[in-house]
Amino acid sequence: MTRNLIVIGAGMASGRMLEHLFETQPGVWNVTLFNAEPRGNYNRLMLSPVLAGDKTYAEIVTHDADWYESHGVTCRFGEKVLRIDREAQVVVGENGAVPYDRVVIATGSNPFMIPLPGHDLEGVIPYRDLDDTETMMALGARPGARAIVIGGGLLGLEAAAGMKAQGVDVTVIHVMGHLMERQLDEAAGYLLKKSLEEKGINVLTSANSQEILGTDGRVSGLRLDDGTELPCDLLVMAVGIRPNVALAQEAGLAVGRGIHVDDAMVTSDANILALGECVEHQGAVFGLVAPLYDQAKVAAETLGGRPAAFTPKEVATKLKVTGCDLFSAGDFAEGEGREDIVFRDPARGVYKRLVLEGSRLIGAVMYGDTGDGAWFHGLIKDHSDVSDMRDTLIFGPAFQGGAPSDPLAAVAALPGDAEICGCNGICKSTIVDAINGGATTLSDVRAQTKASASCGTCTGLVEQVMALTLGDGFEAQTVKPMCPCTPLTHMDVRRLIKSRALKSMAAVMQECGWTTSCGCASCRPALNYYLLCDWPGEYQDDDQSRFVNERMHSNIQKDGTYSVVPRMWGGITTPDELRAIADAADKYAVQTVKVTGGQRIDLLGVKKQDLPDIWADLNAAGMVSGQAYAKGLRTVKTCVGSDHCRFGTQDSTGLGIRMEKALWGSWTPAKVKMAVSGCPRNCAESTCKDVGVICVDSGYVLHIGGAAGLHIQGTEVMCTVRTEDEVLEYTAAVVQLYREEAAYLERMYKWMDNVGLDHIVERVVTDADSRRALADRFYYAQKFMQQDPWAERTKPAYRALYAPLADLTLEAAE
Amino acid sequence: MTDWTDIGALEDIPERGARIIKTHIGCIAIFRTAENEVFAIDDACPHKGGPLSEGIVHGRSVTCPLHNMVLRLDTGLAQGADSGAVNTYATRIDGGRILLDTTQLRRERVA
Repeated sequence: MTRNLIVIGAGMASGRMLEHLFETQPGVWNVTLFNAEPRGNYNRLMLSPVLAGDKTYAEIVTHDADWYESHGVTCRFGEKVLRIDREAQVVVGENGAVPYDRVVIATGSNPFMIPLPGHDLEGVIPYRDLDDTETMMALGARPGARAIVIGGGLLGLEAAAGMKAQGVDVTVIHVMGHLMERQLDEAAGYLLKKSLEEKGINVLTSANSQEILGTDGRVSGLRLDDGTELPCDLLVMAVGIRPNVALAQEAGLAVGRGIHVDDAMVTSDANILALGECVEHQGAVFGLVAPLYDQAKVAAETLGGRPAAFTPKEVATKLKVTGCDLFSAGDFAEGEGREDIVFRDPARGVYKRLVLEGSRLIGAVMYGDTGDGAWFHGLIKDHSDVSDMRDTLIFGPAFQGGAPSDPLAAVAALPGDAEICGCNGICKSTIVDAINGGATTLSDVRAQTKASASCGTCTGLVEQVMALTLGDGFEAQTVKPMCPCTPLTHMDVRRLIKSRALKSMAAVMQECGWTTSCGCASCRPALNYYLLCDWPGEYQDDDQSRFVNERMHSNIQKDGTYSVVPRMWGGITTPDELRAIADAADKYAVQTVKVTGGQRIDLLGVKKQDLPDIWADLNAAGMVSGQAYAKGLRTVKTCVGSDHCRFGTQDSTGLGIRMEKALWGSWTPAKVKMAVSGCPRNCAESTCKDVGVICVDSGYVLHIGGAAGLHIQGTEVMCTVRTEDEVLEYTAAVVQLYREEAAYLERMYKWMDNVGLDHIVERVVTDADSRRALADRFYYAQKFMQQDPWAERTKPAYRALYAPLADLTLEAAE
Repeated sequence: MTDWTDIGALEDIPERGARIIKTHIGCIAIFRTAENEVFAIDDACPHKGGPLSEGIVHGRSVTCPLHNMVLRLDTGLAQGADSGAVNTYATRIDGGRILLDTTQLRRERVA
């Protein structure tokens, strides 16, 4: 006796289930297959190759009309199911009802469309089925066609690459900071972006769409929230999927995000099963194909009355875009007891990261060289013990077997013609010859052979060659690396940022071979500064890589409150400003009002949530942030000069104000303090400032490199100039030289110790072209820097960040 | 038993950043890592009470803004040569919303 089975939805999961069913239970089931799409089962995963022109639709059909006929499947394609009547045990379609013994719901998922203004315009489509694919392919036939893809996940990138292959000009808009953030970490995301851009696809990350623009009811472009407008002829939204639960919900089945199923794939009604992207199992929903195939097998067994249980497994992701080789599997978040093994080969654009927990491999991310992906995936799935091979694990299966290798022995075993330094093509024997010829330090070897003198990532290898050749005579270099994330020094990194045009933090970490995935509290602020300094207007400042004072634009105090210091140009204030400061101090119950050493007024003890309000009040009175927290220009202290003082030789206050107005807002390696004294009596204490000016009758003496903190150091005289304009040009030039050359957190005097006063005089005083170029670069950067942080942060978008996320004090008291 | 309370959206917290929530037992810092994981710990460093929510987040750790003590977000333990710990609170993410297990807050209240 045959039993009636109704399958709703002809997707990949239900197709696979039917195969199992006919194979294990032939002749048992009389199947009716409903599908809203006017066609049968095809391999949805292969839509991207169809779009790219690598495959045709006929090649991706998994079950054709003959197959259905030979298995006696009644196909009701293009017909929507209206409802499931559980009492009468019938499924009602548009063309009539069908009785059932069992139902399998495989309604899949719906693409999620962001309800942006204009999302209903013609030419705004999801990427889900063959119709969408054909729409995208048709676009390629139009010369000069432009498309935008919203969503930098798996599907969005495949859509973008597919359209690009059809000759369409494509831009990808992704809201997160890096592509495929669910499958990739930042480093791999960076490499992916780079190779997509090399293919000619424009990629905008951290981009928020605001409105889809249209003319005559048809899409014409997209506006982002920063005002950028991008024209397009087609807009594809590939931002995610929502399980399609409507039918199940209407039938009264238990539904959460998806249709609830147990391990046997049975819903809350014993006669109804569900599988595929429409289900929720143990709180999880499914978008990749591997678990769906497992579910199909379990569902077929359950229908046959045999016990079977679905257990979710680690799945692996591969992107089907030619030339973008990436792989990700398992869980690659960092965690307690978890260890990262990172391998980067900047020259080949390779990044590999393995995550181990105890003796097991639990996650892997790879880019550029994914040949070992399947092997790693196997180790993850099988929970294999990898402790014996952990030292060489990252090199893959080819490297396993035999005794665990000693890194020095491995280097010793290298033949003389083995390349050690890839940048300069230096082989082992060249280095050995140099050492035997008398090079005993790393810098000797670098100077004589150029080995490790470019990107520096082979420094460790060169040192091992030296250790082998010199034996006990070898002493490792004592140059301090920037932080534990890299063997490179601050200066190495600065040089590489410039020479290789590295413009993002992910780019620096990849190309310089960082050993951690996202840096540490010591290298991140430094890199943020270097990038900001070297690529003004291009690099986006990263708030999360700044110390609290610079992120909050206030100095944190020991009790977690903040201090607020308005700028007083050259130390000059007015009665109106003082009244506004007094009012603010009252209104926000400021604990202490203090006059600082830099001639400013400090309001101490302001609560974090009050900061935007007090700033707005001070802004309204015409004051801006005094940046008393910044690694940047703090203050220009002045004396009253020729305006009032009987000894004053020049307008020291006027000059101080001019300098402060020209120099404020610029970020520097460490804080910069300046002063202008009106005569050699030096009342403004110019001789212990980073830049100090002492006015004399004939002009201005420029001092640099003083400090009066932990370390007391008098200034050195850099030069004497005749006019105020020259003071400004020379000051801008010396500050710019310092910005470009010093290590992060290195005060100006420290930098001067390292490079020498002669070098500074040469670049800023003697060589006029060099001085002008430095000053030009400084003022160019200032165009992006001179924005009052208070005014920015009192805007509504920022304000929220200063308030608590939630207040549970009342809730818990209930 | 757990009592999951919705405290806000994941996107309300900057990536590699933190926000605080106020409770009757003090402020709790809610962190979001680069991998979009969320952790909740007391917003007071065991060293001198510094607001951990203002620290730099790296991997699953935060560096205290006052004196650079490094604490694990998942265990609450101080790292390196330092010793000390902060309380941790269970969180989970559901459909882009952050849920906090508030049973621990209640226990502390009864105690």
